Amino acid sequence: MTGEQIMFYLLGGGAVLASAAMLLPPMGRSPIHSAISLIVSFFFLAGLYALLSAHMLSVLQIIVYAGAVMVLFTFVIMLLNLNADELQESRITPGRIAAGILALFVFGKLATAIQLTTAGAQSVDLSDPGFANFGSVPEVGRMMYTTFLVPFELVSVLLLVAAVGAVVLAKRSMKYVDRPLPPPAGYEHPAPSDDEGGHDAHAHGGGH
Amino acid sequence: MSWPVKTIAERTGDLLPGSPWTAALYVLLTILAVTAFMTVTGLVLIYAERKIAAHFQCRLGPMRVGWHGVLQTIADALKLLLKEDIVPRDADALLHILAPVLSFAGMLLVMIALPMSPSLQVADMNIGVLYVTAVSGLGVLGILLGGWSSNNKWSLLGAMRAGAQIISYEVSATLALLVVVLFSGTLQLSGIVQSQEAGWWIWRAHGCGIVAFAIFLIAGTAEINRTPFDLAEGESELTAGFHTEYSGLRFSFFFLSEFLNMFVLAAMTSTLFLGGWMPLHIGHFTVFNGVMDIIPPGLWFTFKTTGMIFLIMWFRWTFPRLRVDQLMRLEWKILLPIGFVNLFVSAACVVTGCYFFAR
Amino acid sequence: MTSIPLGHILLLAALLFGIGLAGVLTRRNILVMLMSVEVMMNAVNLTLVGFSRYNGWTEGHVLAFFIIAVAAAEAAVGLAMVLAVFRLKQTTYVDELRLLKR
Repeated sequence: MTGEQIMFYLLGGGAVLASAAMLLPPMGRSPIHSAISLIVSFFFLAGLYALLSAHMLSVLQIIVYAGAVMVLFTFVIMLLNLNADELQESRITPGRIAAGILALFVFGKLATAIQLTTAGAQSVDLSDPGFANFGSVPEVGRMMYTTFLVPFELVSVLLLVAAVGAVVLAKRSMKYVDRPLPPPAGYEHPAPSDDEGGHDAHAHGGGH
Repeated sequence: MSWPVKTIAERTGDLLPGSPWTAALYVLLTILAVTAFMTVTGLVLIYAERKIAAHFQCRLGPMRVGWHGVLQTIADALKLLLKEDIVPRDADALLHILAPVLSFAGMLLVMIALPMSPSLQVADMNIGVLYVTAVSGLGVLGILLGGWSSNNKWSLLGAMRAGAQIISYEVSATLALLVVVLFSGTLQLSGIVQSQEAGWWIWRAHGCGIVAFAIFLIAGTAEINRTPFDLAEGESELTAGFHTEYSGLRFSFFFLSEFLNMFVLAAMTSTLFLGGWMPLHIGHFTVFNGVMDIIPPGLWFTFKTTGMIFLIMWFRWTFPRLRVDQLMRLEWKILLPIGFVNLFVSAACVVTGCYFFAR
Repeated sequence: MTSIPLGHILLLAALLFGIGLAGVLTRRNILVMLMSVEVMMNAVNLTLVGFSRYNGWTEGHVLAFFIIAVAAAEAAVGLAMVLAVFRLKQTTYVDELRLLKR
């Protein structure tokens, strides 16, 4: 085995173990532990990308996933103050067994397909001068701004829409959320006070 | 004058085919040197902070242990190491132990890429700037987990504030950093330093540089949770914020990484905007440049970084702490729009070649 | 030339995809389900990177970049929806969201 192969199996094994730990009991019992194992798995995947000469992607993986998406997940878990809920999650129901079997079946089908089609695949030689910049930022960037210009712009629009959508969804002033419960029967409303209205909308307005 | 860059990683690579054991020893020595460097820098920074703070307030600061109190930090560090290391009973033990390590690891990984002189840089990646942005984002995870795992309301509040703040200001810091990447045309940190041979980007770029410098410094100060932006650990509101429940060695990890983050910020600012180890040059003014070249590059880096650290410490005694809503308004309504406009203007400058000493 | 067989890269990706799929299907906490979706997206990215490495195509990297962007957008909107639902029902378990059933 070459050093490259050893690295690949180590990183790949790490990624699989960390992703599995996300779902299985010791770590997977509380959402925050799941999030941590997922972050570890993303780091292993970033290492794999670097090993496969996708340098830009491996750094982007860390910036976007570990630095932004998972921080968001951790943040929301903390905001909702979610703790381990063992009763809910460790129950084994027929539906879950069926779902597990389905996932196994999908994996089995994929594995056979891969076995049948990839035998004897030969990779290109990256030490060839034509591939000197393979996977580097200028190379990927050039491709992104020429061949993939329209999809790239569409993705930027998608991100804008997602940002606006997230703000609208998470905003507190959804009418039916903030409306107080109806008063019990026979309850007399007190006279409206002077400072009524307005300040609830400002109190938590600094959304992000 | 040309500046051939030879990193420690490259030198190790040269040794590898002939004598692998010497190379292994070299790697080991590098690790030891980096660790020693960080510890010493941390201790010096803590001493400097106390002395500078004292003199800003017309006090003397630590004076008792050693000459003018120089041994005070060492004594304090020893005390911290000997203190009992407590994990609260209801804390999440795994995360409580992991958090300071994560916070320290992020800072340690940035240290690898810093160009301190042409021959003193551990690894020179061709995606250096991206790498620094990526791994410095790890610190926020350490803070968030530390706050959550302590199972304490103050810690949780501090961590949430820190999380929101760091994620928000990272955007502005990256926008400011992109201005320099645009002008120098490379993501490699040593390449960025070498692109400043005719002058530093802070003044060569017709104002874009200085605006980006200001944004980067403000956003960076917010990212390392230093004083105008230290809501995450505001003593008067949150006891000690996210590290309320930490003591002993693990507290010192948080403490040390906070101070070393300041060093990293100062070093990055001077690398990007003030030329890093590059001496002060003015275009093709050869006589002046020759005189400046007498001072070795390592010293230039030290001067600039020290100056930046002093500036950051100065902030602490000049600006009052912001409120949370002011913090968010500053980022999203002031820094971010300015950053976008600045990036646009500098892109126009680069395309038209309209900056001082354009090649 | 790389000494890593293409089949092994794809098998690893398939395994990760299976783990993600099992997570989405078996777990009932919506946050963990979203995280499992992220694992599935990463598995797809790994196949793209593997094929790019084998064929020397940069297109795979660009596509993987788009997937990362879409994943970030998905996480942002998904988590905002989780927050909105949590305000309404005080739960993150999808089993308990049966407003239309009664």
